[in-house]
Amino acid sequence: MIRLAGLTKVFATGKGDVASVTGVTLEVPAGATCVLLGPSGCGKTTTLRMINRLVAPTSGKVYIGGKDTDTVDPVALRRTIGYVIQQIGLFPNMTVAQNIGVVPRLLNWDAARTRKRAEDLLAMLALEPAEFMDRYPGELSGGQAQRVGVARALAADPPVLLMDEPFGAVDPVNREVIQDEFLRMQKSLRKTVLFVSHDIDEAVKMADYIAIFRAGKLEQFAPPDEMLARPANAFVAGFVGSDRTLKRLRRIHVAEVMVAGETQAPGGVPVVRTTDDLRRVASLFLEHGVESLACVDESGRTIGRVTRDAVAARLGAQ
Amino acid sequence: MPLRSLGTSMVPQRSKLPYVVLGVIALAIVWGLVATGVWNDILKYRKDIVYLTKQHLVLVSVSGSAAIVTGVLMGIWLSRPWMSRYAEATIQVVNMATAIPTLGKLALMMTILGIGALPAIVGLWVATLLPIIRNTYVGLKGVPAPLVDAARGMGMSPGAILRRVEMPNALFVIFAGVRTAMAINVGTAPIAFLIGGGGLGELIFTGIDLQEFGMMLAGAIPTALLAVLVDFLFGQAQYWLVPRGVNPLRNS
Repeated sequence: MIRLAGLTKVFATGKGDVASVTGVTLEVPAGATCVLLGPSGCGKTTTLRMINRLVAPTSGKVYIGGKDTDTVDPVALRRTIGYVIQQIGLFPNMTVAQNIGVVPRLLNWDAARTRKRAEDLLAMLALEPAEFMDRYPGELSGGQAQRVGVARALAADPPVLLMDEPFGAVDPVNREVIQDEFLRMQKSLRKTVLFVSHDIDEAVKMADYIAIFRAGKLEQFAPPDEMLARPANAFVAGFVGSDRTLKRLRRIHVAEVMVAGETQAPGGVPVVRTTDDLRRVASLFLEHGVESLACVDESGRTIGRVTRDAVAARLGAQ
Repeated sequence: MPLRSLGTSMVPQRSKLPYVVLGVIALAIVWGLVATGVWNDILKYRKDIVYLTKQHLVLVSVSGSAAIVTGVLMGIWLSRPWMSRYAEATIQVVNMATAIPTLGKLALMMTILGIGALPAIVGLWVATLLPIIRNTYVGLKGVPAPLVDAARGMGMSPGAILRRVEMPNALFVIFAGVRTAMAINVGTAPIAFLIGGGGLGELIFTGIDLQEFGMMLAGAIPTALLAVLVDFLFGQAQYWLVPRGVNPLRNS
């Protein structure tokens, strides 16, 4: 869906040319979320901004849906790409409804359709439309503003969403909540998302693919589990951290490692659900010193068990 | 937000109190004038007052509206990215020019354009222009960069960004400049008489020269009323035209 081919940006500065991004090549399939990850100044934001032409590439190509974006007028291109920035960037002179309606208005939607769309999006993002439509951004909390920022990016239903540290300005508790909401939403919307972050935990939680950058170069491009299991080099291993196996547990669910069959649940030890991730399983193993836990389905019926061996096999297998 | 705090410090809070105080002072003055009989002296100049007030209004409205249009346009022009190399230097020149006394500006205009209404209008225009240029420039430069970035990223054209994002967010500061400028304009307009521009200054200066108290007040009182009225009108415009989300006067 989005393909970057040899994307390079060299900035001319007073002290000569500085390469910000060098030869980045990667491909994100439709409906996938790719997190661009790396320390500050590594070129991840510049890469993102080359996709909607806020930064003109020095060389290399960006293809969206197979189409070379060089051939599209940048202003028209940006109207087909949702964009969320770290500072949220809601226009304080416009109400929430008007902010969400910016791109629809640029696309000449009629007023009734624009308003309906804003109401639907607010409802989807857990903001009561009647209460929030006519508020100004100054009257929103950080988390509410962040949600409106996402709603605004989704307004014209663009197939592609670019997000530059979209949840960076929110406190940790609210960030988790908004991340969860976004994941739930993304499950049904299936946008192709490029998401800049410097937070490995956020990347592991959100990403279908992680692209790790260092000094303008792409160090590794892989699904989170693969990147955590097999970092391509010492830099990636250092960045993902020595606790990378623990991080992998978040993305593996009980259903993947469960051994089906009748099981006697040991007394005094909680059971796990098939939808739990392995972080809970691992902490129960450690807490209770057991080798195996009973698994239940949504109705609470015991349908199998998960063992230390099965977890170890899963972690070693990939 | 920096923009908001800047704006609040520049404009008094909206309150009815100033008008009440002004009203009481005005009543006291009128009562004093009537009691001393000066009021009748003033009324002798009724015809002159009407005639010269019209002249005065032409001076103020022509120079003022020309200054608002050109000042805002020049402020916008200076704030554009391609002007950034020259803008700060230009604003410095504007600041220095502001420091020239307005009487000096009028005298300069007279040496260039002679005497009459035209040099007076041009001189008033220059004096009024400068605060508007400066506030428009400062207001537009003060619009947070992420807003412009978000607007560009959403596919707004440069014209739409100026119209729908930059101007509304700078408007409060621009209006503060316009109010300052119009106060200068109305306050300077009587001096236009000195270079043959006419207006209520004719009654004021002639009254001073002839030591005719009533004649002087016949010019001074309408001038003062006009100043209050103009500031009131622009204050109302600022209150109602600046969008509520970026209007410190309407936020509470």
